[in-house]
Amino acid sequence: MSNAPASIVSRLAQSRLVWPLAGLALLLLFNLAFDRAFFDLSTRDGNLYGPIITVLRLAVKVMLLAMGMTLVIATGGVDLSVGSVMAIVGALVAFLAERAQLGFPGLLAVGLAAALIVGLFNGALVAYVGIQPIVATLIMMVLGRGVALSITGGMPVRIEDAGVLFLGRGFIAGVPVQIVLVLAVFLLTALACRKTAIGLFVEAVGDNEVASRLSGVNARGIKLLTYIFCAVCAALAALVSIGDVGRVEPDRLGQMLELDAITAVVVGGTVLTGGRFTLTGSLIGALLIQTLTMTLVRQGMPSDVAPVPKALVILAVCLLQSARLRAQLAALFSKSRRAVS
Amino acid sequence: MKQFFIRKNLPILATAAVLVLLFGTFSLLFPNFLSLRVIANLFTNNAHVGVIAVGMTFVILSGGIDLSVGSVLGFTTIFVATLINHEVPPVVAIGLALVVGSLFGAGMGAVIQVYQLPPFLVTLAGMFLARGLAFVVSAQSLEIKHGFYAAVIDFGIPLTEQVTLRATSGIFIAVFLAALCLAHFTRFGRNVYAIGGNASSALLMGLPVARTRIWIYTLSGFCAALGGIVFTFQTQSGNATNGLGLELDAIAAVVIGGTLLSGGVGYVAGTMMGVLIYGTILTAISFHGQLDSSWQRIAIGGLLLVFIVIQRLLTRAPAFGRSN
Repeated sequence: MSNAPASIVSRLAQSRLVWPLAGLALLLLFNLAFDRAFFDLSTRDGNLYGPIITVLRLAVKVMLLAMGMTLVIATGGVDLSVGSVMAIVGALVAFLAERAQLGFPGLLAVGLAAALIVGLFNGALVAYVGIQPIVATLIMMVLGRGVALSITGGMPVRIEDAGVLFLGRGFIAGVPVQIVLVLAVFLLTALACRKTAIGLFVEAVGDNEVASRLSGVNARGIKLLTYIFCAVCAALAALVSIGDVGRVEPDRLGQMLELDAITAVVVGGTVLTGGRFTLTGSLIGALLIQTLTMTLVRQGMPSDVAPVPKALVILAVCLLQSARLRAQLAALFSKSRRAVS
Repeated sequence: MKQFFIRKNLPILATAAVLVLLFGTFSLLFPNFLSLRVIANLFTNNAHVGVIAVGMTFVILSGGIDLSVGSVLGFTTIFVATLINHEVPPVVAIGLALVVGSLFGAGMGAVIQVYQLPPFLVTLAGMFLARGLAFVVSAQSLEIKHGFYAAVIDFGIPLTEQVTLRATSGIFIAVFLAALCLAHFTRFGRNVYAIGGNASSALLMGLPVARTRIWIYTLSGFCAALGGIVFTFQTQSGNATNGLGLELDAIAAVVIGGTLLSGGVGYVAGTMMGVLIYGTILTAISFHGQLDSSWQRIAIGGLLLVFIVIQRLLTRAPAFGRSN
């Protein structure tokens, strides 16, 4: 008996990733048993298609948003405005592509710049004016949707720019560009957080803002940075989304996605009060919810009912984190053990 | 009088000033704006938001938040419409819907209290749950055709020869008056303020924190269901997609009304003014005729910004920063 396997098991049991991973594994096992076609992969013109690829593609927007949201939540904040940021960026890109005949690099620059401004605004309100994150980003959520609507006059606009369409529909070496983009953003973010001190600073600010400030961390700057990053992630999600659909509806683009992103982060094991965070967990959280929805839809659930399983996942995750429930379960367990012995 | 102008009351005074200023400005800009009809319509057209915002006020006063109200409104409209289309008497259907909404709120409150979970997450789950269940009841929009509904819609208290106060605004005003009494003249109201001020202190003082918190969410659920019923009177139909994003309108109205999201500070009367400001902006946009609905959001967002920054400067509470 060596110690190595036991330590891996115990490390895994303590890791926050264990529950979302277990949930995902359970779903995949279910599909393996009852719905083999779920794993069908086909190639058309060298490009990958199949239910799993569809799940990945559908989860891309939420995964991108969840990257930024994870860092914001880790500082003890929350960003309700990401859906509206998506609408602003989408509307702006569509408008400029149509009216100003701007090329893809120009569109990308404008989109990212718009996100930067919104992120600065959110971050400044939270970090420097000292407004609660929910309220500060609620302002931008309401305001931003209005700005997006007024850019296009409320009308849907078609997207014809080849670069944007490529982001949404293209393939690189057979893999959808969207998925490559998410992986790239994830890797860059993870590297920036774990190989530099940024991740540590973010956790320090979320854990105890005053203590982090006293030990020399620029807490306000870090907060500002996370809101800017979150808005930039939303801009990328907007580009992918409008490229995929081929049109922009500013009243619907990104609507309610902020809540999906928060859900993915929480399901992934990052707690809303801030502190330690896990980017991998957030990706798994987004995938878990999308896989669950897809599985149930394939089993005959109407897609309108999809919020119900989402609600149950959130509740389950919350309850698992509750100390009270754990104590109750432990008491139950020890009672039954005593009864047996 | 001097006591009335203390710092704590400044946000609500600012709200009142803005309401008067906005209404005054629009009255100068648009002829016929300053009329009893416009004022009566403010109450009628925003009755569903108002009823929900009143319930939300108690939740926010206690330091919590309820994201589920928009979905509960949607659920209620389709639930009532389906029952009435299945030959259930409307009074029974409405009673059932109110019970279901209250129980839903009570359930969320119990989970929040017993397992000490963040209200944001529990009510987020509640929001998804109610929206999904609304689609389970019926994915199609249903019309409500019944003598009772026609009677309620025709009912009105004539104020002048042309202006009548509609039943829906009557419900809104009744809920508002009841909430005013509940907040300021009952033990429950005091407990809500105490919990919002400092839940641990409230517990140490021996206040029934657990029971009160569950009642607060029950009340919010009840108001959301009642808002749904008001909405069916306004539209004579039920639809599972009704009330999408309404929870944020309600929160915005409460915040514009001067209630602090950190809990413990605020007034039901402020919420009423918040709803009226919200309605005044909507009315002004429809009076203008050239502006589309995007300006409504920009105006509300801008007002929210101004209010929050003013509140922040006035209160300077040190313990902001964290959301929960």
